[in-house]
Amino acid sequence: MCPQADDPVEIVTTRPRRAKKGKVTVVGVLGELLITAGALVLLFLGWQLWWNDMLMANSQSNAASEISQDWIDQDTSTPKPVPTVDPAEPSAAPVPADYGDPIVAAVPANAKTFAVLYVPRFGADYHRSIAEGTGHDVLNSNRLGVGHYAGTQMPGEIGNFAVAAHRSAFGGAMHLINELQLGDAIYVQTADGYYTYRYRDTEYVAPSQVQVLASVPNNPDGTAVDRIITLTSCNPLYSTAERIIAYGVLESWQPLSAGAPVELAPIIAAQG
Amino acid sequence: MYAALWRVLPGPIWVRIILVLILVVAVLAVLATWVYPWIDGILNSQEATVGGA
Repeated sequence: MCPQADDPVEIVTTRPRRAKKGKVTVVGVLGELLITAGALVLLFLGWQLWWNDMLMANSQSNAASEISQDWIDQDTSTPKPVPTVDPAEPSAAPVPADYGDPIVAAVPANAKTFAVLYVPRFGADYHRSIAEGTGHDVLNSNRLGVGHYAGTQMPGEIGNFAVAAHRSAFGGAMHLINELQLGDAIYVQTADGYYTYRYRDTEYVAPSQVQVLASVPNNPDGTAVDRIITLTSCNPLYSTAERIIAYGVLESWQPLSAGAPVELAPIIAAQG
Repeated sequence: MYAALWRVLPGPIWVRIILVLILVVAVLAVLATWVYPWIDGILNSQEATVGGA
């Protein structure tokens, strides 16, 4: 039976008991605090991985531009004459100038910038300072970012020039380390000149595996013959469970006065 | 808590909305400038080196 609307049936309405409007309860405040805490944690991740990362990448990049430009401006050496093409083979492509063995600089003091890293694969405008040491004072710095493992060789030296940088956060200087492809250029500029390395291969190791830093990587007892560059960062992205290691081999060297390598010259010019 | 805060704010609703936005921006600025860098240093959640250097 359906009561009509005009039926004189008394309907007892019972509303759920609510807290009086505006009344502050312990549970209410606790709930709001917990929601706020959750939002703050999410905000921290956004700040760390995006906002602060972006700010640090910018300031690290600017610091690297400045020191790179200073070296070029202060360079007073005169270029050696570029060897002419062998007349017996006039059709041959111009032989890259040979400037002899690369200059190997002395090891600088901790946290002092001594090189600038250029990796076109990481972006046309990618450049970062390389400073001595891999402590937080270098890797977490807003003007450094890439650190040279103390005790490993210097740019151009026979052995292993090993550096570390963050994959994410703190400017993420090695954010795209997994995208390097065989033959990619890795340029290192110092106050002495340009060292052109070519990327060879990548390895994934446990964080404890320091053999990758040996002058012959993974062969601590070996005698070094090659001039190797080793980039290390964390892996997977946003994790520190493993390390990603990228190796390159020195292809050529030229003094600052000889100008930048062909591919690098427009990048250097653009950063001025 | 937030409801109480809303009632404490003076003025008509649009003034209150502007005040809330100013407060939110102020809180974010304090977080980004001091609190988060401090936490970042403590957490030390990002390591990039081998050998734990």
